[in-house]
Amino acid sequence: MAEIPDDEYILKTTSACAGCSIPLCLRYITKAAGPDTVLVIPACCTSVIQGLYPNTAVNIPVYNVAFASAAAVASGMSEAFRAAGKKTNVICFAGDGGTVDIGIQALSGALERGTDFLYVCYDNEAYSNTGMQRSGATPLGAATTTTPAGKKEFKKDLDAIVNAHNPVYMATACSAYPLDLYNKVEKALSITGPKFIHILAPCPPGWRYQSDKTISVGKLAVQSGMWVLYERENGKISLTGASKAAAKKRIPVEDYLKAQGRFKTASKEEISELQQAVENNFKRIEKEVDGTC
Amino acid sequence: MLNVGTGNKAVALAVRDAKPGVVAAYPITPQTEIVEEIANQVSSGKLGARYIPVESEHSAMAACIGVAATGTRTFTATSSHGLVYMCEMLHWAAGARLPIVMANANRALGPGWNIGAEHSDSMSMRDSGWLQVYASTVQEAYDATIIAFRIAENENVLLPVMINLDGFLLTHVTQGFETVDPSGFLPPTNTPHAIDINNPGGYGTLTANTDHYKFRHDIMVGMKNSVAVIEDAQKEFEKHFGRKYEMYEEYMTEDAEVLVIAMGTIGKEMEVAVDKLREEGVKAGSIRVRWFRPFPDLREKFEGKEIVVIDRDYSFGFGGILANELRAKTCCNPYSVIAGLGGQDVTYDDIAGFVRDRKPGEEFWFGVSE
Repeated sequence: MAEIPDDEYILKTTSACAGCSIPLCLRYITKAAGPDTVLVIPACCTSVIQGLYPNTAVNIPVYNVAFASAAAVASGMSEAFRAAGKKTNVICFAGDGGTVDIGIQALSGALERGTDFLYVCYDNEAYSNTGMQRSGATPLGAATTTTPAGKKEFKKDLDAIVNAHNPVYMATACSAYPLDLYNKVEKALSITGPKFIHILAPCPPGWRYQSDKTISVGKLAVQSGMWVLYERENGKISLTGASKAAAKKRIPVEDYLKAQGRFKTASKEEISELQQAVENNFKRIEKEVDGTC
Repeated sequence: MLNVGTGNKAVALAVRDAKPGVVAAYPITPQTEIVEEIANQVSSGKLGARYIPVESEHSAMAACIGVAATGTRTFTATSSHGLVYMCEMLHWAAGARLPIVMANANRALGPGWNIGAEHSDSMSMRDSGWLQVYASTVQEAYDATIIAFRIAENENVLLPVMINLDGFLLTHVTQGFETVDPSGFLPPTNTPHAIDINNPGGYGTLTANTDHYKFRHDIMVGMKNSVAVIEDAQKEFEKHFGRKYEMYEEYMTEDAEVLVIAMGTIGKEMEVAVDKLREEGVKAGSIRVRWFRPFPDLREKFEGKEIVVIDRDYSFGFGGILANELRAKTCCNPYSVIAGLGGQDVTYDDIAGFVRDRKPGEEFWFGVSE
């Protein structure tokens, strides 16, 4: 395991909601990246979390950009740093709406061009910044303010879309396992080219659980297999951390859903569809790990 | 060095000579040749820049924002739908005070699909905080591009500049033009708010109403300052290279009783119309507005004269946009002619006709019978 630096780049007084998992993600990402880093941030929770002008809770440059543009701005920045002979890390830090929905064109373009950057999507499975509306990343059965009876469609498979671009490195992570996230960011930034990390970031007001439960809800997501921790390098996938155990034995999806208020309206059929999706996903991953697919 | 080429090629060579660090662009007719020529220059090593072949115009401007944010000189080009697709990022570039230079091949907006010259695209970006200049010859397109970098990067301005060329009528017209070595004229880029790893901060962070209006006011001041900076840059350019430019171009205005006003290539056609009218005994003169933002002060020039304004654009529900700007700025009562939309032919004979048949205060749509 890597030695976690004592340096802090995220100050203690952010404007995040109580129990928000995003500052935790940012804290470990910036610890892994170090001070020679620029964060590029589209409209998302982090544009609020970083604080109100003229203050900032982030002690590295943070460049705020329009919603759909993060990956493209990062492309320009990365090329400009290279043109100037600098090795500065360029990290997009974007929510799920800015990634799977409005920002996907720019992300796809940047990945296809081989942009040397790290794109991090922190996924709280809704437009949480605007008060919890449905996004393409909202799971089946979850109630949001625009799907009050629960979402009727499955979550968009962002990782499959990103994987189709053949990035040099991609991984998933969860804010409940910050060391796993730290290691993945550190590894990603040691490689030149387009890197992608998808983090599940539980949201107390949006997911409707008590703010002290952020870590336990995140752990339930991984233990139930609703979220899988893995890395993909050179076309090979490998499970990491708690997902190695979850691949063999996992808790029922219902235990994860029951810990949150947003699935209260989910029907028995939807819960069983979600359980089935988890089983199918693990079968697919096992085949990939074996190299049989 | 003497060259023969199109307006597009002249812009691309000006970009080569201005030595940007990174160019990001997406092709669109009739701008395509600019992108192709720059890609050629980069691939042959004549331009030592990095070229980002982005997936859309929205991303082209976004990438330029990323480049300029690091304090590196950058350029892009677009046209018509590409420009309006960029709209959000145009506001962002100006709001972030980034000295981006962009060429826009003026073209109509659909539907129906029309690729001819029209100023509706750039005029719809009038209030985005970009400076706008309109060229009328291939030489002017080259020179304006070089000068634009100096203006945009001036620390009293720090606003993006759009060089406008009429689609096909200038982008695809071949003329002789001279290229220059602008190294003594264009100082290295020095963006005071470029990202500095050693002095980190938030750029464009959430800003309350207690501060937001101050930033808007700063843009207003930058735009105001730009008048003197443009005048100085154009004077310096004349000193270095001998070609003279002003906020607007006058022709036979001194003793004129009627002035015809336009922008872009029609502005050049007007001069021939003026010659014709003079032969007929009509005391005509012309003013071609070059800089539309900042808008020139023409009050003195207009005093005691009748005004004919030709607009290759229209603000639906209000009128010809140049005519309206002149009404607001000079209190004139022009004869407003809407002509040349979608690349419609407008000859010097037609222009002479507008002047002969002028009806002050009225609006006339050329070629439309009601």
